[in-house]
Amino acid sequence: MLLAACTVLALTCVASLAVGARDIPPATVWQALVAFDGSDEHVMVRDLRLPRTLVGLVVGPALGTCGALIQAFTRNPLADPGILGVNAGASFAVTFAVAFLGLRAPHQFVWFALAGALAVTVLVYLIGSVGPGRATPVKLTLAGVALSAVLGGLTSAMTLKSTQTFDVMRFWGVGSIGGRSMETLVYCLPLIGAGLLLAAASARSLNALALGDDLATAFGVRIGAVRVVVVLAVTLLAGTAVAVAGPIGFVGLMVPHVVRWFVGPDQRWIIAMTVVVAPVLLLASDIIGRIILPSGELRVGLVTALLGAPVLIALVRRKQVSGL
Amino acid sequence: MNAAAPVRTDSADGRVDFGRPTLVLRRRRLSTRVSRRAVVVCTVLAVTTFLLALVSLGVGTLALSPMEVLAALADTGGNEQARLAVVGWRLPRLLLAVLCGAALAVSGAIFQSLTKNPLGSPDIIGFSTGSYTGAIVVMLWLGSTTYLNIAAGSLVGGCVVAFVVYVLAYRRGIQAFRLIIVGIGISAILGSINSMLLIAVSPEQAMLAAVWGAGSLNGLGYAQLWPVAISGTLLILGAALIVAPLRQLEIGDDAARALGIRAQRSRALATVLGVALTAVVTAAVGPISFVALAAPQIARRLTRGIGLELLPAALTGALVLVAADLIAQRVDLPVGVITVSVGGSYLAWLLISEYRTRGRL
Repeated sequence: MLLAACTVLALTCVASLAVGARDIPPATVWQALVAFDGSDEHVMVRDLRLPRTLVGLVVGPALGTCGALIQAFTRNPLADPGILGVNAGASFAVTFAVAFLGLRAPHQFVWFALAGALAVTVLVYLIGSVGPGRATPVKLTLAGVALSAVLGGLTSAMTLKSTQTFDVMRFWGVGSIGGRSMETLVYCLPLIGAGLLLAAASARSLNALALGDDLATAFGVRIGAVRVVVVLAVTLLAGTAVAVAGPIGFVGLMVPHVVRWFVGPDQRWIIAMTVVVAPVLLLASDIIGRIILPSGELRVGLVTALLGAPVLIALVRRKQVSGL
Repeated sequence: MNAAAPVRTDSADGRVDFGRPTLVLRRRRLSTRVSRRAVVVCTVLAVTTFLLALVSLGVGTLALSPMEVLAALADTGGNEQARLAVVGWRLPRLLLAVLCGAALAVSGAIFQSLTKNPLGSPDIIGFSTGSYTGAIVVMLWLGSTTYLNIAAGSLVGGCVVAFVVYVLAYRRGIQAFRLIIVGIGISAILGSINSMLLIAVSPEQAMLAAVWGAGSLNGLGYAQLWPVAISGTLLILGAALIVAPLRQLEIGDDAARALGIRAQRSRALATVLGVALTAVVTAAVGPISFVALAAPQIARRLTRGIGLELLPAALTGALVLVAADLIAQRVDLPVGVITVSVGGSYLAWLLISEYRTRGRL
């Protein structure tokens, strides 16, 4: 299963390098990678499409795993860093850094994105846990909606107030994997790696948590510790992904659900498969965007929203979800 | 209802005890009762709005005191410059804020009554985004910027999205949570479509639509005021006529039918009125979110009323939007940005307080 997914991923990468405003045959793509000769097509593959594909390969797993973790941890099938407001929090923090501290390069605002993601994750969880009973999907989702609205309003207030901020944010604010610098990617790679490691480490405990808090405790899971690890992993993954590519929604929602159909409820498998399948979805969305509008203006975040929203609606129409 | 009908009287002087101080009005064929608190609240709201309006009319490059504003309005001061600024430029904007606030609040009150949920407002369930898409399509594809065409576009857009959201959320009845999630999904799709529409046209057109899309009262004059004033007033009056059936629908369809209400027809009529009110406002000033959500809830907490009450809601909406516009002018931002920030915070607070007291929404 994992092997098949990896093959699909490899094919998608080739397609991502080959398809675009000018279609380049796979053979030429291969030559551009191993025997660079400076021709137009080779430059295009190396300088434009290769970075784009690499960004997709790094950001995709981060978004997908983030969604899988939140879904497992809150037992909320509708969880997604976009819906729960984590992306909005990271965006807000980045906009703040750009508007008031004058930062310009993505590797400078990574830490702000992390801080924003952490603050919103904790806040949404706190609001969702108010009152009797634990944090239900309904409560968490609504808290996310409310916080997203506030942060979105404040973010657009800051961008509208200053032309300079507007200029940086216009480029960055809609999730896109095109035109990102390699420096940023290299800078962010360790953070996303750490997040993925934490996710992998907590997979076993999350399996036990699925049986309920009491049973999990009986199995020797320390719930408080798992909570801290999961929140940390979600922050690292979502925050860094937003810093690199801007807010991209619905990848974290869709991929774990699709994966679950194939591998069942074991979190270890879900997370492993998500790491492979999420970049497939992200790169495929990017390719679709390039085919619809060859100028590259149709950002990947818009395409994932178009693909993901129907999935969201289908999920909420299922009986189990409304019963949760 | 006949005054001679046998009613149980609990107090000594033969009056019916409604559990709170009420005023009873009786004419020959009509009788009604209003709670004394609601009357006081409405008066206070109206007076506050008026005072805030005087302040708002005096704010600008030509700063005027409230007394000078009154003089300019009554045309007694002989100051031509002040009269032009107040009556010519600032008054239409202020009246638009009052009208749009009231219209949005009434629309929100209707939807909250229909869905029996404080979150059932047009901005949460995606109707506002639909109105926006409809208006963008008219602006960009048909190249028309006249008020009537945009209003028609946003009305059609709002109605279509309302229908789609309802159908998708329907599964053995409407459940509030499902309605909201479907609304979020539809809003996400429409948001993407809006962005694509804006990308596909010339920068000038895109800029026009984007400025309008932020929801602003800047630069609006009498040309925009009249259509909103006429259609908005008519729609609000129409809404006032269906308050009684809607109130009875709140106690359940069966009970309402037993009281002689045609449930489906009243509900359909109310939905159309609610969407139309949102569309009228959206067409004139762009999407202004969260007034429809917050105003009816604030009004209800102020009057401590139960069920649908339009007048307090409308007055609260007017006050909220006038205040938000005053802030927007001071910090030089579109008023929609102010309402979404403040309204979102209010929503968060509403969630916390409802969870704490009831454990759910």
